[in-house]
Amino acid sequence: MSDGVQELQKLADSIVGKAKAGEQIEAYVSRGGETSVRVYEGEVEHFVSAQSEGIGIRIIKDGRTGFAYAGTLESDAITEVLAEARDNVQFGTVDEWAGLADPDGVAQIPQKFWDEELANYPTDKKIAITKELEKLTLAADARVRAEEANYEDGWGETAVATTTGIRESGRGNSCYVSVSTLADDGDESLTGFGFSVGDSPKEFDLKKAAHDAADRATRLLGATKPASKLVTIVLDPYVTSQFVSILSSVLNGESLAKGRSLFADRLDQPVASAKFTLVDDPTNPLAYTATDIDGEGLAARRNVLIENGVLKKFVHSSYSARRMNTKSTGNATRGGFAGSPGVGCLAMQVQPGTKSQAELISGIDDGVLIQDVSGMHSGVNTISGDFSTGASGIVISNGTLGAPIREFTIASTLQKMLLNIVDLGNDIDWLPMRAVGLSLVISDVMLSGA
Amino acid sequence: MSLNSNKSQTAEPLVASDVLERVLAKGRSTGAEFAEVYIEDKRSTSAGLDDGKVEQVTSGRDRGAGIRVVAGETTGFAHTSDLSERGLLAAAEAAAVAAKQGGGGVNKVQLGAELRHAVNTIKISPDGVEKSRKVDLLKRADAAARAVNSAIVQVSAGYGDSLRRILVANSNGVLSADDQVRTLLRVSVVATGDGGMQTGYDSLGHTIGFELFDENDVEELAIRAAKQAITKLSARPAPSGAMPVVIKRGSGGVLFHEACGHGLEADLVGKSASVYRGKMGELVASPLVTLIDDGTMTAEWGAIGIDDEGHPSQRNTLIQDGVLTDYMWDYLRAKKEGRAQSGNGRRQSYQHLPMVRMTNTFVLNGTQDPDDIVRDTKHGVYIAKLGGGQVDTASGDFVFGMTEAYLIENGEITEPLRESNLIGNGPEVLKDIDLLGNDFAMGNPGMCGKDGQGVPVGDGQPTLRVRSLTIGGTAA
Repeated sequence: MSDGVQELQKLADSIVGKAKAGEQIEAYVSRGGETSVRVYEGEVEHFVSAQSEGIGIRIIKDGRTGFAYAGTLESDAITEVLAEARDNVQFGTVDEWAGLADPDGVAQIPQKFWDEELANYPTDKKIAITKELEKLTLAADARVRAEEANYEDGWGETAVATTTGIRESGRGNSCYVSVSTLADDGDESLTGFGFSVGDSPKEFDLKKAAHDAADRATRLLGATKPASKLVTIVLDPYVTSQFVSILSSVLNGESLAKGRSLFADRLDQPVASAKFTLVDDPTNPLAYTATDIDGEGLAARRNVLIENGVLKKFVHSSYSARRMNTKSTGNATRGGFAGSPGVGCLAMQVQPGTKSQAELISGIDDGVLIQDVSGMHSGVNTISGDFSTGASGIVISNGTLGAPIREFTIASTLQKMLLNIVDLGNDIDWLPMRAVGLSLVISDVMLSGA
Repeated sequence: MSLNSNKSQTAEPLVASDVLERVLAKGRSTGAEFAEVYIEDKRSTSAGLDDGKVEQVTSGRDRGAGIRVVAGETTGFAHTSDLSERGLLAAAEAAAVAAKQGGGGVNKVQLGAELRHAVNTIKISPDGVEKSRKVDLLKRADAAARAVNSAIVQVSAGYGDSLRRILVANSNGVLSADDQVRTLLRVSVVATGDGGMQTGYDSLGHTIGFELFDENDVEELAIRAAKQAITKLSARPAPSGAMPVVIKRGSGGVLFHEACGHGLEADLVGKSASVYRGKMGELVASPLVTLIDDGTMTAEWGAIGIDDEGHPSQRNTLIQDGVLTDYMWDYLRAKKEGRAQSGNGRRQSYQHLPMVRMTNTFVLNGTQDPDDIVRDTKHGVYIAKLGGGQVDTASGDFVFGMTEAYLIENGEITEPLRESNLIGNGPEVLKDIDLLGNDFAMGNPGMCGKDGQGVPVGDGQPTLRVRSLTIGGTAA
């Protein structure tokens, strides 16, 4: 354990030690830093170097919960946060299920989150990488301009302690590069982006990031608005990842407990095509959001949620588990020191099929390859299941890709889309998102355009 | 420091002027032409009710400084939560190194008199209001929504207030301060029927204090959210394809926010990443449209006394009778063009760099009676409530969600529709506005995201019609 982490754990322990009779206390402390480089037209546009720290304290007494946080670890501030959390307790409603997690004996699966090479990576090289990415992007296609090339890295140390015996700490660091592009053709300008992630900068694939960014910006040049009709769609891995992430709310045990899941009463029943198997597995080190503990400090674990189309499990925190008379699945989520835990999937994975994207497309007479979607936050309602998003992509006719199209929507319901999964690709892509990407074929989706 | 003791506003500055002067001089010590210190001290209280229970009251404190140093084309930035002179000097040095330029440093900066440009009057600071009164609002909302109809099966409600004190000083001598108070209440409702579940949502937020609840009725807000959910239980699938769309007053400002607001931000225009680049003086919208961005609009959600670069907020006309008259500007972009800032340099917190952002963005009244606009529409969609949206500023393509909508048949509003997105292209849609009402209203409080930063914004418009917009429904 590094000195910094040890110091944070000691701090968390000392706060928990201040619990009064009948009080449950959870202290979550963290500290971190970031470097951000942005390059535009060969020059550094900005360079950010910053550190931050903070503490969140949750107190539960007689079934009532209070919370407070501060973005500093100064001792007088911590005293105030503790007093404020205590004060807030009296305004909560008594909830018989309220409580912190109890250690459940499930063993953590060790993973590597800290890269020493990244921690010592020199600043001038970070700048050089960003300039190189911009250069490669411009070289990839003459029609392409770079709006910005970015390098970002960050490190964090956290510790959590509770009166129920949870005591966890750790540190991690990560880095990525990204580039945003514009492609012009007459009056028309279209945008693209590319990125690469790694444990350290030596793992970056700058060429791929540059190529993706150029390709995304140019592939829709000359695109038209299609006519409305019912079609089969093939979601690109990047779009599938966003689609699968939505299912986290639907499979949320707290939503279930509060009557907001559209899959309530559907356990052990088919809710998706038999080809669809969905697993949440933060213990898989290939997943970008892999973790060893959840937001309450319990061991992260593998959970099969939908197996061959049958709903097998909802994900739970200790709170939602108590309400539903079951056990936590290690799925408490946490956004940092300023919030208390929620519930959600941590690293969603879909069991791949056997075909490449090209093979999937070759079997479709009339469809669209969906390469990008917009308005997922405004057009998808995870309670009613209504699904409608803006989209762009390429027409598929008689098994081959044709002309690009944009400014249309695709719509259905989440319930129908899951049942209408026709096939899945073998093209697993471990994207830097909460869910894995692969090509996904869904039939009978309404395309709305001109 | 104390989370709780500051019950009333003190006149004491967050950091003394002489300290600021030394920190700015440190920022310029390596030869940079511009240094800026941004100090923020924010206290917030929030409370959440769900499933009939007040789940948690939260108190928060965020305090720190962001230091920006500009040398040539490069901006160096560092932030710290340590507001002591030592902490500030260390951050200033880090920012100066980040912007690193050699030689010829500056060792003296002199600040002018402090500018205050209050645009709101706070009658009741939420800081001084008992938490039990805040929690009571949630209980009242819960009871009112549930009383509407037994079909209401779940209610969640949230209360939030924040007091954000900021102080901005820069090496040009600017010294400005502002106390920004915001108070908000939101209600989400789930109703259930034969066809499954539907949701309703409404919110109320202003840049004022707890007097918000003397001037607005919490029960009314909750009932509106509940009725929206119940109405949607009998909704039919939204249509697909392009058709006329009438948008109710005060519910569609997000249309302009997405269709052209972002595209008029000078940072995007400067990189030719906006479909509105090079269009100054040209007709970019229907001649009916006059679009304003106004940070001084008293009490509105996007109101600010000063922007986050210390510039006083102002009212800017962006489109006059359909003609593009100006973009929105921050310090760096304005300086590059040799023109004045427009009070649109904003940031989420001291941990962020400022950039060009909207404040309250709205379209002025037209002359039509709103009822006539509906009557004049043979077949189309009437939108009573829009959700969020998203835009690609380069192509101008944008989407936004409709959370409460109805069919228009033969000039009458008829059946409710299920939720969907709408899609359009900004410049085309602006030109396609063919009827504009005389019933202007501001809309719900919004949170606008750009480049990973969220800032509060307002929007508004009178009832209007767009001749053709694509509805993203499932019905043929």
